Amino acid sequence: MTRILEKLLRRLPIGWLQLTHNRNRFLSALAGVSFANVLVFVQLGIAGSMTTATLQPYEFFNADIMISAEDANSLTEGGNVARQWLFQALADPSVTDGTPLYVANLTWEMDGGQTILQTFGVDPKAVDFIGPSVAQKLTSLTLLNSAILDRKTRDLDREEVSLIRPHSPVTFESEGNTITLFDTFSGGGGFNADGYAFVSDQTFLNLFAKRSSGAPDHILLHVTRGADTDVVVSRLRDAIADKTLRIRSYDAARDEDLRYQKTQRPTGLIFGFGVLIGILVGIVIVYQVLSTDVASHLREYATFKAMGYGQGFFLGIVFEEAMILAIFGFVPGVIVATGMLTFMNNMTGLPIEMTVNTAIMVFFGTLAACALSGAIATRRLANADPAELF
Amino acid sequence: MDPRNDFPVEVQALNHWYGQGEARKQAIFDVNLSIKSGSLTVLMGPSGSGKTTLLTLIGCLRDVMDGSVRLLGSELNGSVRATNEALRKRSGFIFQAHNLHESLSAQQNVMMGLQVHGRAADGAQFKEAAKHVLGLVGLGDRMEYLPHNLSGGQKQRVAVARALVGNPDIVFADEPTAALDRESGMNVVKMLKQLGVERGTTTVMVTHDGRILEQADRIITLEDGRLVKDTNP
Repeated sequence: MTRILEKLLRRLPIGWLQLTHNRNRFLSALAGVSFANVLVFVQLGIAGSMTTATLQPYEFFNADIMISAEDANSLTEGGNVARQWLFQALADPSVTDGTPLYVANLTWEMDGGQTILQTFGVDPKAVDFIGPSVAQKLTSLTLLNSAILDRKTRDLDREEVSLIRPHSPVTFESEGNTITLFDTFSGGGGFNADGYAFVSDQTFLNLFAKRSSGAPDHILLHVTRGADTDVVVSRLRDAIADKTLRIRSYDAARDEDLRYQKTQRPTGLIFGFGVLIGILVGIVIVYQVLSTDVASHLREYATFKAMGYGQGFFLGIVFEEAMILAIFGFVPGVIVATGMLTFMNNMTGLPIEMTVNTAIMVFFGTLAACALSGAIATRRLANADPAELF
Repeated sequence: MDPRNDFPVEVQALNHWYGQGEARKQAIFDVNLSIKSGSLTVLMGPSGSGKTTLLTLIGCLRDVMDGSVRLLGSELNGSVRATNEALRKRSGFIFQAHNLHESLSAQQNVMMGLQVHGRAADGAQFKEAAKHVLGLVGLGDRMEYLPHNLSGGQKQRVAVARALVGNPDIVFADEPTAALDRESGMNVVKMLKQLGVERGTTTVMVTHDGRILEQADRIITLEDGRLVKDTNP
């Protein structure tokens, strides 16, 4: 390693030699950087899972415009929308089709516990509004009280769930109703429920007796090919009498939901702070290591000053050390964090995972944080006074 | 060497003090001297006489407050950092407490004396030069040793090699032979004398070692910050 760095830096890698001279201290420093990395990775993993979980249900549908109640900050929150606005929207020349969407949580009571399924009630014929992973299975919803189940639903036996097929359905009870599962699709547990289920609108109204067909949670619309969605949205806002409604493009609704989860829901803020705390811990650890290192080598640095070495040389050493700590601390950090995130994914069913993008982002973040720590630590170099050597 | 530097050290009306106000204590009083190129000059005096202060002032390690010090032709009073660094690169320092870098081997410590002049296009040249000088001080077989594996005398010889490897114009030394046995000490002095003759390298050192006094071209004695005796033995 010394030779590689020597060739790379075209000078003696003093930072590397200093750090590795005391192996216990070096390993402690690396453990500190790795710990900070793990902290950041875990927080980012959870925050990322919130993003994935928020966006996941939007992938189940295929729409250009969504009409929701004014308090509907997300797909699962807020009041209902009068179905009459669907018909008024269909009067617009650019709106080709529309369908109501019903959303509620269904409780599946099992031995020793219960599983919450975020359940979407859709018209089984509205295949065009359903994403490809679910659309081809919609026909199995035409029978009353039939459903298709998210096979990644938390706490379910994956092997048993994988056997659910139209020819080998499974039934379960929920609040006095017997529901038959004919098929499965890939979803994944979120923060609001353990998994997802699709039922027909008729089954939905049967399961949730208090709900009315005239008041879905959202209305999904398609516009003609080539039409400007924003223009249509604007026209619908003018045409529909209820000015409290949120009429947005489907993409805008998804983006606003994500922004709401990240910036206004407590979970999003907590995860954000967690990332910040991890970064601060990392900066403090690296600063402490570098600062101690500079302090313990002041006499050597003063000697180098006496020999004519300039400030750039000393900054180079401190930054060399910062980069070494960042790189060597990152490797165990990313390995441990991957293991922890996988464990958390298995334990919670949340879509928590290590992604290449996250790893790259944290790596460069670590380099930046270590460089910042190094920049702060170099202030102590001023204390190296060559006149004190004699 | 620059022909202007027949006298690489020229000191005029030099005063220096520590502290301020009532705590002010003057360490150097109106010192005037010039040191000839290639000579071996010894600074002597009792403890607290100001010889180390004078050495650090003319060695460009301490700011000149009052008076004039010209080192290798450059005025140090009011000199900027770049000038100081350039002058230090042309100087060699041998400290009593060797001040070797504990993480670097003997050879790497000596290479630091070369690296200050610029990055090596080929590190092997630096290694070879360091090896050569370590051989001259009798440490050819200790090149890979870290300082904590060397004796006090061996460390001091590494420090001497580090100071001399860059072929400095002037060497400043503080008790360079204190940790050395008679033979090693004499070898170091002979090397310095030889450099003076062959390259015109000037040596200014603080020492009480009688063996060196015999070899000195000039002995300057300080007492209470004043130059009280200047002899050419």
